[in-house]
Amino acid sequence: MAVDSTVSKPNWFSRLAHPGNFMGWSKPVLVPLAVVTALVFAVGLYYAFFNSPADYQMGETVRIMYVHVPNAWLSQFVYGVMFVASLGTLVWRHPLADVAAKAAAPLGAVFTAIALYSGSLWGRPTWGTFWEWDGRMTSTLILLFIYVGIIALWRAFDDQLRAARIVAVVTLVGALDIPVVKFSVDWWNTLHQPESIFTTTGPHMPMSLLTPLFIMMLAFTLLFVFLQFVAMRTEILRRRADSLGRQAAARGAA
Amino acid sequence: MIGENQDIVFIVWAYVGVGVATLGLIGWVWLQSRRVKHKLAALEAQGIRRRSAGSPT
Repeated sequence: MAVDSTVSKPNWFSRLAHPGNFMGWSKPVLVPLAVVTALVFAVGLYYAFFNSPADYQMGETVRIMYVHVPNAWLSQFVYGVMFVASLGTLVWRHPLADVAAKAAAPLGAVFTAIALYSGSLWGRPTWGTFWEWDGRMTSTLILLFIYVGIIALWRAFDDQLRAARIVAVVTLVGALDIPVVKFSVDWWNTLHQPESIFTTTGPHMPMSLLTPLFIMMLAFTLLFVFLQFVAMRTEILRRRADSLGRQAAARGAA
Repeated sequence: MIGENQDIVFIVWAYVGVGVATLGLIGWVWLQSRRVKHKLAALEAQGIRRRSAGSPT
């Protein structure tokens, strides 16, 4: 029998990200990932409360930074994941891309809401107000609305493959807000402090504050990865259940 | 080390709120997973299986 030598084998990434393979390799990863996440959280909280000094300007309220900044980081990072997944849906039509995008949206929405909540509680003692319509806060609130809109759009369609393409386009358009969130503190004279961690000249913060901050950022990022894996597995199983439900309905009608 | 501070209430509310929201998110993701697994198990109990899952013995 002749073999077509022009047909190439799928690469390692395609094999790894195939829904069936993903269900196989992600299952044994979940428990170790949950344990590592819990340990990193324990270390991070210990540093945040007992092994870091008060700030010379903000005093003890600087400890709010250890939950605010990781969630603010995730609000943008999760959108980045959705952005790449949307490209995967539209450009490469990858079977797992829209599953990843759909799973990430509620997680990103909650992280963004937490960033806004903790930021307002940090703002009151440091700026004297819970809220100010400045560039950073307003663009982050818009990001939350974009997340909520994307979740609503996913739920508006029964046909998830059709929804995936429409949501992907909306996600790519909504990504215009991300540079606004990121650079708003540089572009406009805002109440929010300028970028002080990821700057071209390095962090403008002592290591005693940076250490707990980076540990908490790692903890929240690991939590996101864990929840994303669980949510993706759930979405794959939901699609299987929907497919079986249709099969059962067709069998009943026949 | 955390000390006496008049702004302690903001720190407490920030951590309590973030804790509740984070645990709520974990609980919601877990509940969704459980619900879907039950639905799938109920369908398979009716003998409805994926073609790739093989025939029930």
